[in-house]
Amino acid sequence: MTASLEVRDVTVRYPNGVVAVDRAGFMLDRPTICALVGVNGSGKSSLFKALMGFVAPGGGSIRIGGLAVDEALKKGLVAYVPQSDDVDWNFPVLVEDVVMMGRYGHMGLLRIPRAADRAAVDAALERVGMAALRMRQIGELSGGQKKRAFLARALAQDAKVILLDEPFTGIDLTTEQAIVTLMREMRDEGRLMLVSTHNLGSVPEFCDQVVLFNRTVLAFGPTASTFTAANLALTFGAALRHVRLGGADLHDDADARHVTVLTDDERPLVLYGPGGNQAVVPPGRGPDAT
Amino acid sequence: MAPGEAGFVIEWLTAPLAHEFMVRGLIVAVLVGTGCAVLSCYLVLKGWSLMGDAVSHAVLPGIVLAHLAGLSTKLGALAAGLGCALATGYIRRNSRVREDAVLAIVFAGMFAAGLVLFVKVDTDQHLSHILFGNVLGVTWAEVAETAAVILPVALLAWARRRDLFLVCFDPAHARAIGLDARRLEIALLVGLALVIVAALAAAGIVLVVAMLIAPGAIGFVATRRFDAMMAVATGVSVSACVLGVLASFHLDVATAPLIVVLQAGCFLPALWIGKRLR
Repeated sequence: MTASLEVRDVTVRYPNGVVAVDRAGFMLDRPTICALVGVNGSGKSSLFKALMGFVAPGGGSIRIGGLAVDEALKKGLVAYVPQSDDVDWNFPVLVEDVVMMGRYGHMGLLRIPRAADRAAVDAALERVGMAALRMRQIGELSGGQKKRAFLARALAQDAKVILLDEPFTGIDLTTEQAIVTLMREMRDEGRLMLVSTHNLGSVPEFCDQVVLFNRTVLAFGPTASTFTAANLALTFGAALRHVRLGGADLHDDADARHVTVLTDDERPLVLYGPGGNQAVVPPGRGPDAT
Repeated sequence: MAPGEAGFVIEWLTAPLAHEFMVRGLIVAVLVGTGCAVLSCYLVLKGWSLMGDAVSHAVLPGIVLAHLAGLSTKLGALAAGLGCALATGYIRRNSRVREDAVLAIVFAGMFAAGLVLFVKVDTDQHLSHILFGNVLGVTWAEVAETAAVILPVALLAWARRRDLFLVCFDPAHARAIGLDARRLEIALLVGLALVIVAALAAAGIVLVVAMLIAPGAIGFVATRRFDAMMAVATGVSVSACVLGVLASFHLDVATAPLIVVLQAGCFLPALWIGKRLR
């Protein structure tokens, strides 16, 4: 099965009449890392809920790996990496227990692990570099380690489509880089990741595609051509601080381009050029950096 | 230890069991202690401590109405307890009031209605037995009934602990592996109502509430893993039940409250032990 995600004309309407998602559509037909970018309250989490089958779309259709949502979930194709705020870190559960949860779909009703399940957990912990911390209670981990534990769960599950909710909130830049590297590897081995984020600055670094979202899909396509100042202004409106630095004294050299800085409350997005259409990746943190 | 002292300990432990009512009391207390301990782990993790409180108070009108209608008071209690849990869920989904407030309104209202009815209607039940239980007054038939309800519920709640824990910990992942979280939650509520009704004869409404929270809370603070949490909860709960039944005989004090005192008394040491282990 190839990893794919097709969202066609999806509408999510709540019982109180609020339309959270209005005829949204996009198509990811191959392994990729795709950002889902929008302000808080733009319906990103409602779209995630629809993808997870928590709410049934009031219109349109969702196909995951060519299957309806419920079938895809039954086959264990979909994994979800929750936002840190959504997890109670006091729970009496060790890192290896969390990763083993990824195997539940492969086990019988009583969830008794077999040798293959233990091997998958060992391999997943090794992949994310958490083998030494497997006996830690989850609350004893740092923010980045917590994320890696949940990524290991998705790996142990062998999910093809992975939904990540604000994965970089509360994580330092070094750890973010390690997680991005891991996500690239996961893409290269055939997985599809949809990443909900409002951390604009890191999107050009690690996302192949972007969906700009506000109740519906405002723009969708490859990051290079879609993640532009014009589209971001459309997505964020007044919620975005917009600083353009220009003028003759900005540079000592012959480079006459303007610098545009777009930020809400996270790392700023820096765009170069008069139209603000070239994303700038900070030195040492680009795709080529190791 | 001198032989005389050992003899005293054995005598202290066995003397009460010469009486058949003490044997019955001990068995029923251990059954109730086990069932409550297993469920308390989920209640503590799910933030449903108040749910045990609510369901156990809400059974009162069911008992009185079933008595009036000439039906089994156990069935009446079960229906009222489940009604409270489901009504709470419905009101919460359809109003802006938080769950704890909704629960408190529903169960306080039902309990009060039960009291009004109880005082008005002449039943053969003693209010103090309904409230505080009568461990040492249970019949063999009641022991068998309690066992028939509590043992299957406790066994199921233990056997399905991986899924039940997952639903408490991460409902989204439960959903991702195709589990129906809502159905498991309702199953948990039904099990809770069954155990509460089965425990009423022994522990009574007020004390069942304590027995449904303290063991889980003790297991939670003392351990780092769910299996250990459940083992500690059950171990502490059953030990307190055995000790409470035997000690209440020698000290000539009320049995069920003594059990609760012993359980609650374990909480601070457990907290301390848990801190030392980390």
